[in-house]
Amino acid sequence: MFQGIINGVSAVAIPVLILAIVGHGWYKKVKVYEVFTDGAKEGFDVAVRIIPFLVAILVAIGAFRASGALDMITGLLAPLTSWIGMPGEIIPMALMRPLSGSGALGIVSELITTHGPDSLIARMASIMEGSTETTFYILAVYFGSVGVTKTRHALPAALTADLAGIIAAVVVTQMVFG
Amino acid sequence: MINTIWIVLMGGGILVAAFQCLGLDYSAASGLVMDPSFVPLTDLTKALFTSAKAAVNLAIGLIGIMALWLGLMKIAEESGLVKIFARAVRPVMVRLFPDVPADHPAMGAMVMNIAANMLGLGNAATPLGLKAMQELQTLNKVKDTATNAMATFMALNTSSVTFIPATVIGIRAAANASNPAEIIGPVILATGVSTTVAIIMIKLLQKLPKYRMPVPEGEEV
Repeated sequence: MFQGIINGVSAVAIPVLILAIVGHGWYKKVKVYEVFTDGAKEGFDVAVRIIPFLVAILVAIGAFRASGALDMITGLLAPLTSWIGMPGEIIPMALMRPLSGSGALGIVSELITTHGPDSLIARMASIMEGSTETTFYILAVYFGSVGVTKTRHALPAALTADLAGIIAAVVVTQMVFG
Repeated sequence: MINTIWIVLMGGGILVAAFQCLGLDYSAASGLVMDPSFVPLTDLTKALFTSAKAAVNLAIGLIGIMALWLGLMKIAEESGLVKIFARAVRPVMVRLFPDVPADHPAMGAMVMNIAANMLGLGNAATPLGLKAMQELQTLNKVKDTATNAMATFMALNTSSVTFIPATVIGIRAAANASNPAEIIGPVILATGVSTTVAIIMIKLLQKLPKYRMPVPEGEEV
């Protein structure tokens, strides 16, 4: 029942949003077609402008991952994470999450298939995936699109929030399903 | 800081791969054995090129969705819909972003981006977020440096204000979970913690001398 509602919301959200925007524009006598194409023109510029930043960040992450450096850090962190109740299997996911959205999602699906969707590990990984974000990607792309290179306190604050999200996900999972 | 992290990821990756080329292995029976090979470095090179290509594909793939949402945003702006929407959440936004005028277009774009994130509409959120950054940049006096408002907006975004993590629910459903959506409650709880921490950290850190906003050229303090 609840799941049905969620699926319904997901399916309906975008079409309804578009209908509301276009409908309201028409009602307010906006020249919807001209205004739309005028705005859409910017889409190309933005996408092209973020390419250098995307290449820089994705290549560095690719190097770190392919070299096995990520696996080494996982090994080093294992004693620490078991202390807060986080199984070692989750560490690669937690480390990957701020770096690569598709990478983290890949690890989550792998954990769900290996351990079963109703296992504690799979639930913890799912909750962590939902409550954290691809910090480096967002930072690089958003700031890159406007040419901001001095990001001041944005990164330390975002990384602290990621850490809080990871710990919160572990604690909440243990509380609800542990 | 982003410079340091980039060097650590890039340099660390190359050094670790180079070290693995030595093929060192230790076991009690045979002691330290060395089995040199160039495979780790050639694998690394391959990964570098694949990632560079993936980055461009990602950006090109974004053009269509960006154009669609920026077009719709323009209609919403011209018709006054963004203003109506922004006015509804003004009390919260004004407190979070004291440097942004309450009726500035940046407010509308940020509100739409946060709403899209909450609903788990990942693809729809990015163009709206980029639009918000551009609007915030018009208020910025030192163009290469992030303003307090930009940093706050980034913290909100990266701490992930998610209510419906649609993608994960989808994966869980596909794997025949007994209740794929059971994670929604815990996710809201955990996301609430990380967003609260993000806002507290942003507001604390922006006061530190280390992160002080530089004075624009030609202006007196």
